[in-house]
Amino acid sequence: MTVRTAELLMAITTLIVSLGLMLNVYTDDLSIGWVRGRGPGAGMWPFWLSAGMALASVATLVRWAQKKTPESRSTDPYISKDTIFLVSISAGSILALLIMMTFIGTYLALIVFMLFFVRFMGRHSWPMTLAFAIGTPIFVYLLFEVALTKYLPKGLPIFEDGFLWIDNFRYEWFY
Amino acid sequence: METILVSLTAGLLEAFQPLNLMMIFAGCLAGLFVGCMPGLGSVNGVAILLPITFLVPPTTAIIFLAALYYGAMYGGAISSITLGIPGASTAVATVFDGRPMAQAGKADQALMAAAIASFIGGTVSIILFTLFAPPLAAFALKFGPQEEFALMLLAFATFIGLGGDDIPKTIFSILLGLVLAAVGFDIISGSPRLIFFDMVEFQRGIGFLVLAIGIYGVGEMLWTLESTSGKVQMHNVKISMSRMKANFKQIREYINSTWVGSFLGFFVGTLPAAGATPAALMSYGLSKTFSKDPDSFGKGNVAGVAAPESANNAASTGSMLPMITLGIPGSPTTAILLGGMIIWGLRPGPLLFTESPDFVWGLIGSMYVANAVTVILNIALIPIFIRVLAMPFTLLTPIIFTLCVLGVFATTDRMFDTWIMLIIGVVGYLMRKLNYPVAPAVLAIVLGPLAERSLRQSLISAQGDATTFITRPISLVCICLALALVLFPVVQRIMRKRKKAAESQA
Repeated sequence: MTVRTAELLMAITTLIVSLGLMLNVYTDDLSIGWVRGRGPGAGMWPFWLSAGMALASVATLVRWAQKKTPESRSTDPYISKDTIFLVSISAGSILALLIMMTFIGTYLALIVFMLFFVRFMGRHSWPMTLAFAIGTPIFVYLLFEVALTKYLPKGLPIFEDGFLWIDNFRYEWFY
Repeated sequence: METILVSLTAGLLEAFQPLNLMMIFAGCLAGLFVGCMPGLGSVNGVAILLPITFLVPPTTAIIFLAALYYGAMYGGAISSITLGIPGASTAVATVFDGRPMAQAGKADQALMAAAIASFIGGTVSIILFTLFAPPLAAFALKFGPQEEFALMLLAFATFIGLGGDDIPKTIFSILLGLVLAAVGFDIISGSPRLIFFDMVEFQRGIGFLVLAIGIYGVGEMLWTLESTSGKVQMHNVKISMSRMKANFKQIREYINSTWVGSFLGFFVGTLPAAGATPAALMSYGLSKTFSKDPDSFGKGNVAGVAAPESANNAASTGSMLPMITLGIPGSPTTAILLGGMIIWGLRPGPLLFTESPDFVWGLIGSMYVANAVTVILNIALIPIFIRVLAMPFTLLTPIIFTLCVLGVFATTDRMFDTWIMLIIGVVGYLMRKLNYPVAPAVLAIVLGPLAERSLRQSLISAQGDATTFITRPISLVCICLALALVLFPVVQRIMRKRKKAAESQA
């Protein structure tokens, strides 16, 4: 896909999103007009701003057709093959991290995440990999659960139970 | 004047509290680190670390983040000079002469000049800040919601007039930020708005941190992975005490450029759309124009390093001026700081000076201390930071991603927001590749709720009479300025066309 095609697709997407936002406000029965003696109704701000977004998208489309923006003239590839690999694997790894956090809990997920990045992507030595895979969850536990008193997701009950003894231990000994 | 000195002394005492002093050191170090890592700058550091600052009281938190902001301005020069890659966008202009100097084996001279120029720029700017802030805040106390709204309009207009990006895309970016800020319950009527797919989670709105971390954490890392996937070439730096002394004496060669950069940087920094990057570029351009030897610029003139470095430090302090006094951020980084202040329960705006003097003066006092700490740390740790630069991205990336995900989760306690963050990060990355500017969107999502509230408050108090914005003098001036800024690119284009037509006729 060239940058020119990407520019067109993006402008069409932004136009559809803007129209969708306008429709969303409109169908929610929010008053998009001027309320006498009070000024704008609840829906006026998002509705007309979305209308502005739609207009801006149309302007980009027009400029695309006239080849006015540098992007609409460029025939370079939008994303090179190497980049697709690197970017999608990074974004994918976050996606995997979020899914794993929901099911097996933050800490096990972080271990897998670190193993993947440090060993598989970075090809670092095993001692380095283990230091990251074990160090990160410990650091995260101390920072978020102990210092910031946040209860991070522990996953399904079976995994959550497995972690409770750490908290129990902490509360028994330190409070 | 006397009251300023008294308050400043109190602020300095606050900054010297052990916890605050410790956080200044930590902030400067973190700033130097994010500044020198290519791809990460102050805005990324502040966005990613903001959730962690809930550990400490607000004053300490902002002191830490402000110190990080400075540190990043200093740190940017390190990679600009040794790698030839700007460590942060603010240090782009430093590459022009820093790189040739490093190639000629004078990297230590360039680093030293950058540090000293940064220090002077920062100090000049803080003094200006101390002098300007209290009167400006006192003046702004008279502002009603009308003036607030007009000022925000002006802030957005600067992006259109001075941002230099594609105008329809800039407008889209601003409006998108404003609309995303409106998701959730309407503050005035209480009715739910923009609840996408009827998901209950949207009722609480999309937090600005989710957007900021999505764009500046995840999106920026994807961007950096793409642009630095190739190997980088590092230059050796020779450092010894005797060389450092000799370098220090060189200061006469670049002191004039440094003064220019310092004052220019402060004033450019106060403009929302401008900030540190254009300030540095403008300062570089000015130094070159007024130099006795303009041809040596770009080939390793030390003044070409000092000018942008003094300007970007001065601009970072300058951008705090409108944030503290008017509640309008002067840069993306201060936009995130402003959002942080709202989370900490402070109300940004002129009332801060009267309601939370400890906070404001503690921050101002800390700026003096942080500037001195950073210059010392910077010069002392140059050898270490050069080694840090060799840190592979496969180690840094997972740590940043972890901090992004957990930071977002920690602010709202919902997995839902981490999903939104990922989506925003990827979309932001794809849009940025097509030159949609991201800074206006971040500014807009922070200012969005405030802007809508002030608009509707003014109209309610004026019983729906829209002329209320133009019958009040200050608000009228702001609106006229905003209009002028919006029309500025149009006028510019017409002038250019006429000139071209005249040229073709002749």
